[in-house]
Amino acid sequence: MSDPLVQIHDLHFSRGDKKIFDGIDMEIRSGRITAVMGPSGTGKTTLLKLIGGQLKPDAGEIIVDGQNVHQLKRADLYRLRKKMGMLFQSGALLTDLSVFENIAYPLREHTNLNDALIRNMVLLKLQAVGLSAAHGLMPAELSGGMARRVALARALALDPMMIMYDEPFTGQDPISLGVLVKLIRETNQALKLTSILVSHDVAETLSIADDVKIISEGKVVADGTRDDIVQSESPWVRQFIDGEADGPVPFHYPGASIEQQLLQGVA
Amino acid sequence: MKVLTGMLTRLGRASLFLGKVMAGIPQLFLRFGLVVKQVYSVGVQTLFITLVAGLFVGMVLALQLYYTLSTFGATDTLGMLVDLSLVRELGPVVAALLFAGRAGSALTAEIGLMKATEQLSGLEMMAVDPVERIIAPRFLAGVISMPLLAAMFSAIGILGAYSVGVDLLGVDAGAFWSQIQAKVDFYEDVLNGVIKSFVFGCIVSWIAVFEGYDCIPTSEGVARATTRTVVYSSLAVLAMDFVLTAIMYN
Repeated sequence: MSDPLVQIHDLHFSRGDKKIFDGIDMEIRSGRITAVMGPSGTGKTTLLKLIGGQLKPDAGEIIVDGQNVHQLKRADLYRLRKKMGMLFQSGALLTDLSVFENIAYPLREHTNLNDALIRNMVLLKLQAVGLSAAHGLMPAELSGGMARRVALARALALDPMMIMYDEPFTGQDPISLGVLVKLIRETNQALKLTSILVSHDVAETLSIADDVKIISEGKVVADGTRDDIVQSESPWVRQFIDGEADGPVPFHYPGASIEQQLLQGVA
Repeated sequence: MKVLTGMLTRLGRASLFLGKVMAGIPQLFLRFGLVVKQVYSVGVQTLFITLVAGLFVGMVLALQLYYTLSTFGATDTLGMLVDLSLVRELGPVVAALLFAGRAGSALTAEIGLMKATEQLSGLEMMAVDPVERIIAPRFLAGVISMPLLAAMFSAIGILGAYSVGVDLLGVDAGAFWSQIQAKVDFYEDVLNGVIKSFVFGCIVSWIAVFEGYDCIPTSEGVARATTRTVVYSSLAVLAMDFVLTAIMYN
C-alpha cells in the first residue's frame, strides 16, 4: 500500500454559522486516483481549497507531502503549490491570453526557459490533451470540454506531483466526458501522479477512481476502495450511489414542517 | 452603530489591501510590459471620451465667460480665465469623474469577473500572487494615466475655448494667448492641477481595484461593486478636491 501524500486530521471549517466540516480525517494515497464524492453543497470544492491553502481551517491540520499547509510561510506555500496542479470547474483560463499563452504562463513565471523551449513544452502538453492545433485560439472560442482540457494541460505545465480536479465532468456532452475520463486516467498513470477528483458524477468517477471518500453533513460517511464503496450496504452510500431522492440526506430542507408553517403563517 | 463598524472594517480592509498593492509595485519595474498594457486599456481607451468632453467643456466655458466678460469690456481675459478654470479645477476634476465612469468601472468589472470565474484562484494555485500580477499593474496604470488624461482634457478644452472665443466671437487671438502666458503660473496653477489629478488617480484606482477584488463573486455582486466604484470614486474626488483646493490656495 502506497504512502499517504495528503493527510487530513480533525478538520473543522465553518462559513458563518454553517458548519462545513466537523472533524473529518482523511488520507489520500500517492499514485492513486481518489474520488471525493458527496451531495451538492457538502464542501467538496472547499476541501480542495483547504488542501491548496486558499482557505484556512478553524481547527485541525492538513499535511501535504510532509508539510503542514497552514503553517507554511507564503514563499513555502507557493513552493508547495508549484507541485500541485488544480483543474477548476470553470477551467479558470486567463481570458485575455490565448490557449498557448495560458499554458506558457506558469512556465514563464517559474522557470528561466527560453522561448523556443517553452514553445516546445507547451505544444507537447497540448498534444497530450489533443489540442496542439488549437494553440492559437482564445478561451472564448473554446467549448466547455476543450477549456477543461486546456486547463488540464496548464495544470500539468510544471510537472506537479498531484492534481486536484474540481467537478471536471459537470455539464459535459458524452464525447467530452469520455475524453476527460480517459485523460484523467491516462495522465495519472503515465505521469505517476496523485489525483484528487471531486465530483458527484457517480458512474464516470467510479470508472476511474481507485479510492473513494463520500462526505455528507460535515463528516466522512464512507471511505474505502472503489469495490468497497460499490458493494457497501451503508444507507448513506446506497442513497448516493443509487441516486435515491430520500434517505439519510432528506428530500425536504430541514426546518419547520409544512403543517406548522401553514398554521403559523410562517413564510 | 453596526453600519459604522461595517464601514470602518471595510476601510481597514481596503487600507491593508492598498499596502499589499504598493508592496507589489517595485516588482513591476522588472515587468513593465504589464503596466504598459494596462496603460493602454485604462488610459488610451479613456482618451476619446476625455477629449470630446474636454472640447465641449472648453467651448461652453468660452461662451459663458464671454457674455459675462463682455459686460465689463474684459473679453481679452477670456483665454486666461478659461485656462485657470481648466488647469486648476475642471481638468483634474471632470477628467477624474470621467475616468471613474469609464476606466474605474471597467477595472472593477474586469477584476470582479476574474474572481467570479476563478481566474484569481487559478493564479494563486499556480503559485502566482494575483495582487502582484493583476492588481498592482492596473493600479499603477491608473495612477500614471490620470494626470496625462487631465492634461489632455485641459489642453483640448483651451483649444475648444479658442475656437469659440477667437474664431466665433471675435476675441483677439494675441490677447487670448498672451493673457494665458502672463497670468497663468506654472507652479501655482499648472503643478497644483497635476498634483490634484495624481491624487485623484490614486483614489479612483484604489477604489476600483479594491471593489473588484473584494466583490461577491456573482453577477449581482460584480454589478453592485461596479456601481459602488463609480459612486464612491465620484464622491471621493469631489471631497478631496475641496480639501486639496483649501490646502493649495489657503
